[in-house]
Amino acid sequence: MRIVVASGKGGTGKTTVATSLALAAAEQVAVRVLDCDVEAPNAALFLHPTLNQRKEVGILLPVVDETKCTYCGKCAEVCEFHAIAVIGKKTLVFPELCHGCGSCTLNCPEKAIRERLDVMGILESGPTPGGIDFARGVMNVGEPMAVPIIRELKKWKPMSLRAAAGRATESIEIKRQSNPLIDEGIASGESAPRTSSPHGNDIIEIRDAPPGASCPVVETMRGADFALLVTEPTPFGLHDLKLVAEIARELGIPAGVVVNRDGIGDNAVEAWCAEAGLPILMRIPMERRFAEAIASGQTLVEAAPEYREKFSALLSRIQKQVEGEMI
Amino acid sequence: MKTVITISGNTIDSPLDPRFGRAAAFCLVDSETGEWTVYENPALSASGGAGVQAAQLLTKLGAQAVISGAYGPNAVEALSSAGIEMYLAPAGKPLTAAQVLALFQAGKLGKAETATHAGHRGDGH
Repeated sequence: MRIVVASGKGGTGKTTVATSLALAAAEQVAVRVLDCDVEAPNAALFLHPTLNQRKEVGILLPVVDETKCTYCGKCAEVCEFHAIAVIGKKTLVFPELCHGCGSCTLNCPEKAIRERLDVMGILESGPTPGGIDFARGVMNVGEPMAVPIIRELKKWKPMSLRAAAGRATESIEIKRQSNPLIDEGIASGESAPRTSSPHGNDIIEIRDAPPGASCPVVETMRGADFALLVTEPTPFGLHDLKLVAEIARELGIPAGVVVNRDGIGDNAVEAWCAEAGLPILMRIPMERRFAEAIASGQTLVEAAPEYREKFSALLSRIQKQVEGEMI
Repeated sequence: MKTVITISGNTIDSPLDPRFGRAAAFCLVDSETGEWTVYENPALSASGGAGVQAAQLLTKLGAQAVISGAYGPNAVEALSSAGIEMYLAPAGKPLTAAQVLALFQAGKLGKAETATHAGHRGDGH
């Protein structure tokens, strides 16, 4: 089962919830955590994985062989992003506009285009002391697009962790399997069949989403079985909760809400959830001791052991809700 | 000589549109005959790469010079490759395409050799 922890608004407690849910779940089942907030991954600060595997990732950029190019313009015509242009006797590539879809390469009648990997970041993986299989993406500073890194992170199947322990890090070049733009619409993240039984001994994958409600969040949520939406009871929290709830609805992913810093703000989140039919699965009160513990690098379940049971119960409720959806 | 002026209307008396890639329309003027034609900007609502797309249109139209208020880095690269000279219209003055053209023909407009601003992409999409 794949659970995405998202929020829209930043700083509502996504990583707090994702890490504690992972630790509580790991007491019962195998757990994999993906930190998909590739612009600022911070779950490792709480879970302390030994990152012993590494892979460079990015997109495939076209390289035009001027000796074969006839300047027919087909590549420019098929490029949705205007990342390749034929001007007179020149074919120009604009790397920062390219999404790496491969349409130009595929459509070139002269086979004059080859592709090179444009490295945008790295994937890192390793076990945590609590036995969680941890992986994250880290985008290079200055890169504009997080989606390709998140897409590769979701697909990444690092070698068995024990087998890899102690081995040198490796860099594996990504290979194009099919057109990722087509994948995006129909298969990316969903290429693996959804787990048929959401409980039992199946692996539970927990994805810590980036903040916001744009493409990186959509890519993180795509293919998930459940969206756990963390919010705070403020107008900002509610505004962004609505946006991510809408993304989950569009993607057909069942969702539930965690209200963090409960007790501040107003009752608008509760009223809206009731109206929208979104269950509030957990409330974490605003308490100074939680804030202090998290600021010092502790997880919620470490700082407040009574939350182990609460997160375990949260997992059961999620499993029941996913099962209910499957019937 | 064929010159293009970026405009926000549909005649040579329309106001100059100071953006290149996102201009509402392009007014192509043939300086020998004085004839002008207006072309809508196909890149107006493009999600990205508007400058590249607009430059390709100008190439197809056979333009030798363009006058606008601002050029992004991709537009500059594409226009330079095409050998289209880029001129800058005076900023902050509400001028029509005809008035801008008169300044150009009087040699009063400066050239844009590099991008006037950074690209618009890179906001997390």
